[in-house]
Amino acid sequence: MLPTPFSSPESSPAVAAVTVRGLSFQRGERLIFDRVDLDIPRGKVTAIMGPSGTGKTTLLQLISGQLRPDAGRIEVDGVCIHQLQRRELYRVRQRMGMLFQSGALFTDLSVFENVAFPLREHTRLPETLIRTLVLMKLEAVGLRGARELMPAQLSGGMARRVALARAIALDPQMILYDEPFAGQDPISMAVLVKLIRRLNDALGLTSVIVSHDVKETAAIADSLYLIFAGRVVEHGTPRELDCSASPWVDQFMHARPDGPMSFHYPAPPYATDLLAEIPA
Amino acid sequence: MRQKNLELMVGLFVALGLAAFLILALKVSDLTSIGNDPGYRITARFENIGGLKVRSPVTLGGVRIGRVIGIDLDPQSYEAVVTLSIDPRYNRLPTDSGASILTSGLLGEQYVGLEPGGMESYLKNGSVIKLTQSALVLEKLIGRVLTSTAAGDAPQK
Amino acid sequence: MTAGLTGIGGFILHKLARLGRANLFLLRLLGALRFLFRRPGWLIKQLYAVGVLSLPIILVSGLFVGMVLGLQGYANLVEFGATSSLGTVVALSLIRELGPVLTALLYAGRAGSALTAEIGLMKATEQLASMQMMAVDPFQRVLAPRFLAGCLAVPILTGIFTAVGILGGYLVAVVQLGVDGGAFWAQMQAKVQLFADIGNGVLIKSAVFGILANWVALFEGYETLPTAEGVSLATTRTVVITSLAVLGWDFLLTALMFGVW
Repeated sequence: MLPTPFSSPESSPAVAAVTVRGLSFQRGERLIFDRVDLDIPRGKVTAIMGPSGTGKTTLLQLISGQLRPDAGRIEVDGVCIHQLQRRELYRVRQRMGMLFQSGALFTDLSVFENVAFPLREHTRLPETLIRTLVLMKLEAVGLRGARELMPAQLSGGMARRVALARAIALDPQMILYDEPFAGQDPISMAVLVKLIRRLNDALGLTSVIVSHDVKETAAIADSLYLIFAGRVVEHGTPRELDCSASPWVDQFMHARPDGPMSFHYPAPPYATDLLAEIPA
Repeated sequence: MRQKNLELMVGLFVALGLAAFLILALKVSDLTSIGNDPGYRITARFENIGGLKVRSPVTLGGVRIGRVIGIDLDPQSYEAVVTLSIDPRYNRLPTDSGASILTSGLLGEQYVGLEPGGMESYLKNGSVIKLTQSALVLEKLIGRVLTSTAAGDAPQK
Repeated sequence: MTAGLTGIGGFILHKLARLGRANLFLLRLLGALRFLFRRPGWLIKQLYAVGVLSLPIILVSGLFVGMVLGLQGYANLVEFGATSSLGTVVALSLIRELGPVLTALLYAGRAGSALTAEIGLMKATEQLASMQMMAVDPFQRVLAPRFLAGCLAVPILTGIFTAVGILGGYLVAVVQLGVDGGAFWAQMQAKVQLFADIGNGVLIKSAVFGILANWVALFEGYETLPTAEGVSLATTRTVVITSLAVLGWDFLLTALMFGVW
């Protein structure tokens, strides 16, 4: 019998919720992570940032056990997540919520049923209690009035908030956010930013945000990791990173088009490429 | 409420499926002939039964009154012994009735046709029909016609 | 030369790997079936989607196929004066071949492609992944109910198709063309055998076709590339592969039933 992860909420906050050591992962020929080390502290909002295509979403999939690393260890609350059997993995995941970039609501279920889904699957609560719980979660994201709507009738921001309500339905200890701010209008972006911070503090969650929206993420994160080309380039508090001397950090945090991170996808020199003979 | 409608529709669907199978079993194939056969049995001996098979119909005046349930060969006389099962509703068949093997249409299947006699006593379980006429075998018939034509004015045999 | 051979080899390996994945997929699917005993409600919803909603096309096609059989059979048999065998002709063609095969083909077009598109879109929109993240196994929650419902629906639909087809044949032959109704049914009953024809034809064939059609549809959906093009490709593949598989297996099963092998 494995020790149930997260079973002791009073365990010292010094122990990280997630520790990643020497993580390597490659997709086809492309090396996505090259010996990455990360610590995600309990009860804090940790942001993992980097330009598009650096495998931030892949990192979340690795942490949640959807993918297996090629080398290295990923421990979630002391349990090595990629060595678990499906049954044990699912037990760990019941204490873990994930907000997908698209929201990933079940299109054939109403908002209410979407939020009720994990409750119905994992508990045998009476219908009245489920109703109360669902309404509480929907109230927390401000969408109690939208419970009868179908996902197709929701705006992108609303869908994401419903998905958030669903992710917290089982009162998880950790929530993983995949690009929560991507493609949102300024208002719903502000709503989400506030919501993530508030939920984290009110429910004592551990939050992991993967994003490339510097301003919003820096506003709520307790610590930031900056990833580029498969390596952790820098980490620290938003304030530390803001005044970091590193040209990498400076370029990313202040959105400068030029700097050490190249705008170009790796390619042979331009002139050589243009003059090269067309392969038969 | 929606769930109830759903269940109702699915229930109807399954019932319709069962009804279809029931129709296939009862109306299309003859289920009754497979279970316990309530008919009484009589036998008839034929020189040649042609293409008669087990389950071929037995008719009288074109009406089906039973079916063939067994075909055997008598090792002594080399005659085919055909067992017929007759619907008990038709229990007044005279003992001197005749049985012949007929063909429905030119190329149709073969069946046993009964020809009622005039006796006062009736066939019952275990009776034997004495008057029988064998199946018409097409090849023999053609052969006979050919020889008689070829023989021309030769004396008929 | 070498490139051509490499191409062929790669193609075959790719296909074999896919076949292997399909078989593992079926095993996992069968393993997940037992969880349905706890939630029969899931099955009802899917039976509605693949069964009840396929009913109109099955009823209409069955009726027309039976009517065509009646007409064609009559036109040919009337030359031999054997129109009384029309019932046998209609019933045996429907029961042995046309009922199971056409139902499976229609099912692949109507319900199989819809299953593939549904699963494919659930995958493309990360619904399956989010389910896994909620510690719910999509095999138990999404795939198994659809599989079992489909495997039940195909034999039921085949029975309905066949019965309606025979009715269609009856309407044309007896009501329209004046074949004797008594002979129509009597000849049919004399020739159609319950186990050899209805058992083998309608039941066994349709059960096999049902497993094939739903297996292909769900597997193609599950393997869909998460793009619009991927989904459209997958639905096409479902219809094509199911049709070929059904016709191929129909030959095998017919040969087995006639005792050729």
